[in-house]
Amino acid sequence: MAGDVPRDGVIMDTTRSNISPSTESRFGLPVWVSALLPFVLLAALIAVFFNTNPLAVFSGELPPIESLALERIELRPGQFVVTVFNSGPEPVAVSQVMVDDAFWQHLISPSGALPRFGRATITIPYNWVESEPHVITVITETGATFIGEVAVAAETPRPDATQFLAYGLLGIYIGIIPVGLGLLWFPAMRRMGRKGLNFVLALTVGLLIFLLIDTALEAVEVAGDVAGVFQGLPVAVFAALIAWLGITAVSGKQPEAERDSSGGRMRIAALIALSIGLHNFGEGLVVGAAFALGEAALGSFLVIGFTLHNVTEGIGIAAPVTKDRPSIKSFIALAALAGLPAVVGAWVGGFAYSPLLATIFLGVGAGAIWQVIVEVGRLLLRDAERRGESAANWLNVAGLALGLAVMYFTAYFVKF
Amino acid sequence: MTELTSLSRRKFLKLGALGTLGAAGVAALAQPHASATESPPPPDAGVIDHEAHGGNLTVGDVDLTSPGAFDPLKYLAAFDYGRVSTLPGGQTLREWDIFAADKEIEVAPGVYFPAWVYGTEQSGAHVPGPTFRCAEGDRLRFNFLNAGAHPHTIHFHGIHPPSMDGLTPVLNRGERFTYEFEAKPFGLHLYHCHVPPLKRHIHKGLYGTFIIDPPGGRAPAREMVMMMNAFDTNFDGENEIYAVNTVAFHYAKHPIPIKVGELIRIYLVNITEFDPVNSFHLHSAMYRLYRTGTRLDHYEHTDMVTMGQGERHILEFTVEYPGRYMFHAHQSELAELGWLGMFHATE
Repeated sequence: MAGDVPRDGVIMDTTRSNISPSTESRFGLPVWVSALLPFVLLAALIAVFFNTNPLAVFSGELPPIESLALERIELRPGQFVVTVFNSGPEPVAVSQVMVDDAFWQHLISPSGALPRFGRATITIPYNWVESEPHVITVITETGATFIGEVAVAAETPRPDATQFLAYGLLGIYIGIIPVGLGLLWFPAMRRMGRKGLNFVLALTVGLLIFLLIDTALEAVEVAGDVAGVFQGLPVAVFAALIAWLGITAVSGKQPEAERDSSGGRMRIAALIALSIGLHNFGEGLVVGAAFALGEAALGSFLVIGFTLHNVTEGIGIAAPVTKDRPSIKSFIALAALAGLPAVVGAWVGGFAYSPLLATIFLGVGAGAIWQVIVEVGRLLLRDAERRGESAANWLNVAGLALGLAVMYFTAYFVKF
Repeated sequence: MTELTSLSRRKFLKLGALGTLGAAGVAALAQPHASATESPPPPDAGVIDHEAHGGNLTVGDVDLTSPGAFDPLKYLAAFDYGRVSTLPGGQTLREWDIFAADKEIEVAPGVYFPAWVYGTEQSGAHVPGPTFRCAEGDRLRFNFLNAGAHPHTIHFHGIHPPSMDGLTPVLNRGERFTYEFEAKPFGLHLYHCHVPPLKRHIHKGLYGTFIIDPPGGRAPAREMVMMMNAFDTNFDGENEIYAVNTVAFHYAKHPIPIKVGELIRIYLVNITEFDPVNSFHLHSAMYRLYRTGTRLDHYEHTDMVTMGQGERHILEFTVEYPGRYMFHAHQSELAELGWLGMFHATE
């Protein structure tokens, strides 16, 4: 590399220092050399570290740190199929498997020690008991144990056409139908005066705040299931941060003057629909996973609950555009944007549940909802400003409280 | 290796129903740690009746071949009589050089436990420690060297001066002490480390069986020592693995050969830590129970005995029919976590 960095069509001579001052450092080294230097030193330091092992004094003869996640337990007729993932720093050898505190014969594929980030499938022929819990324990070479729980045993759905349709239908029930029903209030909302509209917008802020907290808590919960190395909670927070800033950047392109135009208001409605969609994805995930885990009895109650719970979301989406006359097409698009993610969520939850992906989606959802709260809040603030009032008037506060209350009490149907 | 994935439960049961051959097939399938070409199923694995036993077994086998490896079948009747000489008064003197050491042991196929072990040159070092055997009235001398990283002692059960009871002195690494006393009373005893924390020192493996024969000995029999023990491999205060003589399910996979009509004598000791009791149940036969072995008439005729830690009994029986005789803890959990074995009786 030395000497062959082109600069202005000239081959740079690194041995001489009579080049322009901007490309050389204080010590007469070309910039690229001084930029590389820390890396070279770092590499040298690492090499020295590994060769001399200065930390030997700390380690003694400690056993290796093992970390194994039982990522997924599938129940098939007469067998469990367990996916294990090595999220620890060292290879892990699975030596034996117990089901409900009894050693059980099994097959591991691939056999041998699992490398870092390696996955293996353990097949355990076992007559599991329908609708009762089971615990699967993996015991490693060092005697460490890692546990996976089956809360309620039921056959894991296989993604065939019927199942796909059934899970899709679940998503429609908890996503599209309630949002569509809520949007039907649009004509009634149009007839409300300015104060009434502000009330509805405040109500929307209330329900969005509820959804924000709900989504964030869900993200924290799911993040707890993520293998340690992937740092579930930071992932959730970063996903939220990036979603929020990303959406802010996108909507920031819009000139201030256009914001209070009909186009600007539709953008806000679409944004609300999108962020609610991300939230509904999370709900689809929950319901899909509940059905897949065999909590079908719970599941049907859950579906009705989410349907009731989500009707309010339609109001929230329609609220910013009540001054305008959007086409039926836009309403269908809004309903799809907010509702369809629930369908996708139900599929993912049912067939390919991954705590990491779920954490990312829920984090994005939380970030998006926060951004929408800011946008809708701004509508209220701007309206109050124009009239020289405070946005925190009794009517708005009552609307916000009602939004929270409606979401809170309809959540009784889905929280246990 | 993934063939089993497509194998339905029904097919799996059918395999079992084929009997020995089927069970061998299942055993072959259940060897995940090496490819089928590398490691043929162990010859004895086929003896397990899959129908009767389901899949409740460990997979694979422990190392029996490398130098110093512990073979539970050989341990059964590995009695260590010590160096024998006669004292001026005519009394028999038995002397042992015994040490304590740190050693990693295999407690189930592929599962290793950082144990503390007792050993002698003759018996090697393993868990349980060597089985010391003598006759009532012998002079016993145990020259103990602690070669382990932690302080240890040896506490013998039986009758002796309290200065020899293994409470003091506590020996640090490299220190020595000689325990010397007369062997009494005849019966089945045990020894173990008595340094606190006792729980840790016992469950890590510092124990063994100590047999004092009655004057004139017992009737000739096929004798075997069984220490009911357990291992807390993840150190959470509960055992993950149970067995007689350390290796989970070893005698289920390698049944103990016996003869129909032959007198069987089991020296049964319970040293299980953490669990309040352990038990011994024998299928298809009944045994005479000699509590602590301190009397020559039997206490009971039964197929089930429950014992606290440190209790030990001698069991005598003969079997009337050829076939497989299962024995196990009659706490199902303990049985399913490895404390289950088989006798295989032939004519």
